[in-house]
Amino acid sequence: MDHLAPEYEFLGMTGNWSTLMMLAITTLIVFLIAVISTRNLKLKPTGMQNFMEWIMDFVKGIIKSNMDWKTGGSFHVLGITLLMFIFVSNILGLPFAIVYDKYLWWKSPTADPVVTMTLAVMIIALTNYYGVKAKGFKGYISDFAKPLPFMAPLKVIEEFANTLTLGLRLYGNIYAGEVLLGLIAGLATASAFGFIGAIIPGMAWIGFSIFIGGIQSFIFVMLTMVYMAHKVADDH
Amino acid sequence: MSFDYLVLGAGATGLNTWDILATLFFFTLLMVLLKKFAWGPLMGIMNEREQLVASEIEAAENSRIESQKLLDEQRELLKQARTEALAIVENAKKQGDVSREEIMTTAREEAARLKESAVREIETEKARAIAAVREEVVSLSVLAASKVLEKEVTEEDNRALIEATIAKAGEAK
Repeated sequence: MDHLAPEYEFLGMTGNWSTLMMLAITTLIVFLIAVISTRNLKLKPTGMQNFMEWIMDFVKGIIKSNMDWKTGGSFHVLGITLLMFIFVSNILGLPFAIVYDKYLWWKSPTADPVVTMTLAVMIIALTNYYGVKAKGFKGYISDFAKPLPFMAPLKVIEEFANTLTLGLRLYGNIYAGEVLLGLIAGLATASAFGFIGAIIPGMAWIGFSIFIGGIQSFIFVMLTMVYMAHKVADDH
Repeated sequence: MSFDYLVLGAGATGLNTWDILATLFFFTLLMVLLKKFAWGPLMGIMNEREQLVASEIEAAENSRIESQKLLDEQRELLKQARTEALAIVENAKKQGDVSREEIMTTAREEAARLKESAVREIETEKARAIAAVREEVVSLSVLAASKVLEKEVTEEDNRALIEATIAKAGEAK
């Protein structure tokens, strides 16, 4: 289990080849799914177009449950992309993990805390940016003293707490899933008995991980919109 | 057994700044590309469909109103036609009554005229018949008298005599 990360150094900063590769693969897969299913669009939708429209309506529903569509409509693209990107990322590490020469190459990009925290920070930064844009700097600042002025420090802490929970929840779920899958795989390869014993928990855990992958991507988008609504919408 | 892999960013040394940049880059790239190639067209077609549905509904509503209007118009026309027909029938009936009256009047007048002329003719015929009978009676009487008397009396004398007698008889009657 003690896998190393294939790291590189460039311009004085370190990076992880595996993360880079998996991000590229995720991006490619999401792009291909979306583009292929939206070729030859028709007014009467068929096949994959239906599926894509369902996703759009799904994200639309998430946004609408948090703010009215007039302000929320501009986050539609962000929401759909986020949902598909995170879902594909979560699923990607499930079928196998590739370890080459003690380096872990194939895994879910979201099983890397750097990736999830980057996404979380990006989201919180975006919410703050749109908060300033929607209400002006004064309105944005005064929002921190909103329920009661003395709670302003808590509100500041809340921003950081939100960032942490948003990123680490996703990371924890996916990483734990992969660790357990790794353990089950280790059991399966240990002996013939182990293989037989590992079939059922392995299948169950993969099924459950797919479910978790979907739920986590949904939660991520949901929370994104909740935070966004806190900053952008006038009140609740 | 080492539990190092349970630590955040296990196996990594320090902060992977390039990973952060890579994540941001790939996510932003994906969002931009998808907006251009997938979500944009999809949203466009969904809006188009929305508009199509809206316009179809509007068109249906319009044609419904239109047909309602036509129906009302037709109903109105029908009602008008019915009243007109009734009026025509009424008129015809009245006309018929009038002409019947007229025909009957003329017929009655004609009948009266015919009857009158017939009566007049009968009267004339009667008078003529009476005169003829009278004449016949006179000549028969003369014949009879001359036969009875066998007397030489001139026709003129006899006639005058007999006529006087008959006139006397007529008066006596």
